[in-house]
Amino acid sequence: MSPEDLQAIWLTLRLAAITTAILLVIATPLAWWLAHTRSFWKGPVGALVNLPLVLPPTVLGFYLLLWMGPDGPIGHLTDALGFGRLPFTFWGIVVGSVLFSLPFAVQPIQNAFEAIGTRPLEAAATLRAGFVDRFFSVAVPLARPGFLTAVVLAFAHTVGEFGVVLMLGGNIPGETLVASVAIYNRVEALEYGPAQALAATMVAFSFVTLLSLNWLGRKRA
Amino acid sequence: MKTVRSAVLAALCLLALRAEAGEVRVAVAANFAAPMKEIAAMFQADTGHTVQASFGSTGKFYAQIRNGAPYDVFLAADDETPRRLGSEGYAEAASEFTYAQGTLVLWSRNPGTVDARGEVLKGRFGKLAIANPRLAPYGRAAQEALQKLGLWDAVQNRLVMGENIGQTLQFVATGAADLGFVALSQTLKDGKPAGGSSSVVPQALYAPIRQDAVVLAKPQDKAAADAFVAYLKGKKAHGVIRSYGYALP
Repeated sequence: MSPEDLQAIWLTLRLAAITTAILLVIATPLAWWLAHTRSFWKGPVGALVNLPLVLPPTVLGFYLLLWMGPDGPIGHLTDALGFGRLPFTFWGIVVGSVLFSLPFAVQPIQNAFEAIGTRPLEAAATLRAGFVDRFFSVAVPLARPGFLTAVVLAFAHTVGEFGVVLMLGGNIPGETLVASVAIYNRVEALEYGPAQALAATMVAFSFVTLLSLNWLGRKRA
Repeated sequence: MKTVRSAVLAALCLLALRAEAGEVRVAVAANFAAPMKEIAAMFQADTGHTVQASFGSTGKFYAQIRNGAPYDVFLAADDETPRRLGSEGYAEAASEFTYAQGTLVLWSRNPGTVDARGEVLKGRFGKLAIANPRLAPYGRAAQEALQKLGLWDAVQNRLVMGENIGQTLQFVATGAADLGFVALSQTLKDGKPAGGSSSVVPQALYAPIRQDAVVLAKPQDKAAADAFVAYLKGKKAHGVIRSYGYALP
């Protein structure tokens, strides 16, 4: 495998790891709120979170390109904050991946929180456990399988992600050229040998990841 | 009586025409979609043959044709892919010809950004979009031109690459990239500049961007396929091709 392909794999893993970490931070409170709220906004917010499930990734990528560009609201914001613009940067594709994989992180955690119900938390409250204590000592351990599923799905989904990065990335090696796009480029350039080597590596890697996380989950559960 | 006879005669003529009318299935490089639609409509009206056109990327068509995709004629975005198909026995090598020649243009969506001589490349700008030189002939041409101008190394850290010329246009059209090397045909509307500012890259700076067509091996309807190729070489088609900003060899 060429150094460029290895670089693409490394970049993909970094992107997936960072995206998953950010998603845990964002998805946990969101899932908690969605699991417990009786607000009118539960429906609209839930639909918004799940939008990437039905939107073609290239559509999402195209809108992000517009919004992060010089005329877009995100572009205005990042300009004003002095970060420059996000398209064609690593953090640009991180933002795209976070949005794209959001439902895959929120849904399992939300389901886990809903499955716990309010009773264990109420019991903890009668023992004078504060909210933070209740959350970390009761809710999170009980919801562990949900968190694990969220991590696996968010990570795997980001590794396999293609359309958003294709639209936002600009094919910059080491910065935005991820493995899925590298495979696509190889195929388009009729370099089927390297394309297959890279693709086989991705298949093997994904299989091993899913398998080991599955085993890890069983041991803990 | 006379009207009945002429009506029958007309019906017979129509039947005869229908019997001879065939269907051509054409795989067309995406950049040639607009002129192709016009040419196909004219071809259908003039010959009675119907055209079924599929649009996509040349690399994808190559893979599909090798795996038995049912196309009769292939209009590629380059001259390498048709040649390769010919030497591999998937196309009639002798039928290959250049149906259009691309013109490279430096374009910005903002009026006044690109001057007529392209001096902007030596000054200050943000991102410069080109098509991936490894995949797209327009990308290769852009690289060649930048190298001839001695600017290739200077623009490296500002370069972003679309995987084809369509995506490159999108980068510039959304303003995400300030400038880009795109096809002249993309910046025209009804034969006139569609907006922004542009500078046509002198032909001396890059090797001609030839788009070749080829008749594929074992077309379903040989007569219709040959008729279409002949039509594509004709005056009427050439008029359409030129109006979309392509040159002819």
